[in-house]
Amino acid sequence: MLKQTEGSHAVAEAVALCRPEVICAYPISPQTHIVEALGEMVKGGDLARCEFINVESEFAAMSVAIGASAAGARTYTATASQGLLFMAEAVYNAAGLGLPIVMTDANRAIGAPINIWNDHSDALSMRDSGWIQLFAETNQEALDLHIIAFRLAEELSLPVMVCMDGFILTHAYERVDMPAQAQVDRYLPAYEPRQVLDPRDPVSIGAMVGPEAFSEVRYLAHAKQLQALDRIPVLAAEFAAIFGRESGGLVHPYRTEDAETIVVAMGSVMGTIKDVVDEMRAGGAAIGALGICSYRPAPLAAIRAAVEGAKRVVVVEKSLAVGLGGILATDVRMAMSGLHLHGYTVIAGLGGRPILKSSLHRLFERAGRDDLEHVTFLDLNWDVVNRVLDRERAVRRSGSIAENVLRDVGVTSTPGV
Amino acid sequence: MEPQIIKFYQTGSFAVGNRLLDDSQRSVQADMRRSNSLNSGHRACQGCGEALGARYAIDAAMQATKNQLIAVNATGCLEVFSTPYPETSWQLPWIHSLFGNAAAVATGVAAAMRVKGREEVRVIAQGGDGGTTDIGFGCLSGMFERNDDVLYICYDNEGYMNTGVQRSSATPPAARTSTTATLGADPGNVFGQGKFVPAIAMAHEIPYVATASVAYLRDLEAKVHRAMSLRGARYLHIFVPCPLGWGAASEDTIRLARLVVETGLFPLFEAEHGEVTGRYHIRNRVPVEEYLKLQKRYAHLFGKRPAVDTIGRIQAMADRNIRRYGLLGEEA
Ligand SMILES: Cc1ncc(C[n+]2csc(CCOP(=O)(O)OP(=O)(O)O)c2C)c(N)n1
Ligand code: SF4
Ligand SMILES: [Mg+2]
Repeated sequence: MLKQTEGSHAVAEAVALCRPEVICAYPISPQTHIVEALGEMVKGGDLARCEFINVESEFAAMSVAIGASAAGARTYTATASQGLLFMAEAVYNAAGLGLPIVMTDANRAIGAPINIWNDHSDALSMRDSGWIQLFAETNQEALDLHIIAFRLAEELSLPVMVCMDGFILTHAYERVDMPAQAQVDRYLPAYEPRQVLDPRDPVSIGAMVGPEAFSEVRYLAHAKQLQALDRIPVLAAEFAAIFGRESGGLVHPYRTEDAETIVVAMGSVMGTIKDVVDEMRAGGAAIGALGICSYRPAPLAAIRAAVEGAKRVVVVEKSLAVGLGGILATDVRMAMSGLHLHGYTVIAGLGGRPILKSSLHRLFERAGRDDLEHVTFLDLNWDVVNRVLDRERAVRRSGSIAENVLRDVGVTSTPGV
Repeated sequence: MEPQIIKFYQTGSFAVGNRLLDDSQRSVQADMRRSNSLNSGHRACQGCGEALGARYAIDAAMQATKNQLIAVNATGCLEVFSTPYPETSWQLPWIHSLFGNAAAVATGVAAAMRVKGREEVRVIAQGGDGGTTDIGFGCLSGMFERNDDVLYICYDNEGYMNTGVQRSSATPPAARTSTTATLGADPGNVFGQGKFVPAIAMAHEIPYVATASVAYLRDLEAKVHRAMSLRGARYLHIFVPCPLGWGAASEDTIRLARLVVETGLFPLFEAEHGEVTGRYHIRNRVPVEEYLKLQKRYAHLFGKRPAVDTIGRIQAMADRNIRRYGLLGEEA
């Protein structure tokens, strides 16, 4: 059914259609609207046979999810940013225990300085946790990915994180096609755990493992991710067959066939990038784009197949490996190993900085001339940066960087968060 | 002639297989059908109070729930000595997740059981004092405050034993640990710090809070039974000597667990919805020295020049407990 709704509400409805049994949540912007909506559905009786638990922290949220999932309940939670870091220990634990929890990450920057706006630093900080991480390009894909996520998670006994851009998607009102309960039921069978806490058949879960078997256990976690690489395209195809639209999959190539320049990115910025690609194509440039939907497992072969024929790859990412450069770009380089292509990393959109079409246009034109630094910070205000560096060279007690920068750009206060 | 009440001291005594008692009143441990939830073959030290406490408590809970029980375990000695891969001592469904989240994991298990309509299956969370009073305290308080249907059991051996006997917020004053050396002007752990979590649990006004000691087996079992007869958040804090960490003889575990109560240093009581409903009355009050001097962690108090002041301060703590909890009964 077509409806005009907020991204968060669309996701909440999709989660509800998946018949979750335990939902636990701790509030953090921009995740709040999702869990508020679910809480309302449970309290109001629209979502029956479901426990909604208001916990005291994200660490508890993931821990409650671990207990519920280990006891055989279909379990969901959502978080972002500081919340994801606060639950980090339990995030790794859920994957290590092989629990098919589904979690939304409403992608948001990590402080300090505290910042509530969108980038991908939070999700990428958990890239080695063992979770499957899927990035949505649109609100439609965000809601669809949740349905796929439960299926994938439960098939593989692995947790899945659905990443959607905070505010840009979570708070945007758009038209979405909301599936019918019968369609979801057809796609998503009842949860049949691989092992479960049950007095009828006692098991010990979470035993200590020493050097004699730890490598094997870790390799098996890797092997699970490799299985996911095979299953994700299959589940996307099944999804298309039942729901009548494409969602999910490993990567989304866009006009890449004869492209000399291929732009790689994740999430909602793909919309802007596709617009720029269209404009530049109209002007005769051989440019295309590749959206990464499955960040973990990393679809190295699919990326390679998509970029093989190009001359250069420009990775535009909303994350920064401080002291290195790109995070997604490093994965893409890995996919390109042995290929003689130019590779460019562009750090963009940090902490909600808008990624403008005009900026991308100029950027891709320079890339087309191979006139780009290896690592570029899109629309960086060099005046501000140089002023801080000069000040630090001149005075020992130069003060807080964040406050100095705010003063330099002429902002004296920020909205309370 | 007035009928006279004859006291059989065995009745309600420390003995496990008390044949003077009716079957229904005998210890779970005296019952051949006990579940042996924490089975033999685990790797605890000889005389480990925690192993004993867990065995008593979980067997009693198994009996109370007709074996419909799931246990969640925090990281710590109990977890490590009971489940070295690929072995396990646990004869009931058991999960270990992390050090600081046992209470929250148990909340999740209980929620799953409720949503699946299996409310006969009950949930226990258990951890050491470190996992309970320090790193797991946030999750514990959250579970209490929501009144989740979980019995949380803290095995208090007054320190981080599994990592080599460091100080926790349950370590008593003057005790030597590997992070409270017996050096300087105030050797050992300092006075005026630490917390008594049973009192904090009571402040949450949860249905049931109790303390127990492994020397009082039937009392401990009765408290587990009482706890399992109630729904909602419940807390049981069990005093469990650690021969290794305290520098005590393995055969003194029960003696220490009794002396700590008979000195008044560890009050045994029960509370419901924030009100004390029962207390164990000390039978044979003893000075704290008798308890302290059996443990090397207090050896610095008993050198050539005994630390009379420090021992006096510890005695004052015992006296305060006796006053506060009315531990002397009618004589008080
Ligand atoms: C987050 C985290 N911090 C620290 C540790 C290390 N650690 C494991 S067990 C333990 C001590 C446990 O002490 P306690 O809870 O009192 O249990 P005990 O071993 O004394 O029975 C510590 C510090 C850990 N596993 N996880
Ligand atoms: S160190 Fe202490 S608590 Fe740990 S197993 Fe040994 S006696 Fe038990
Ligand atoms: Mg301890």
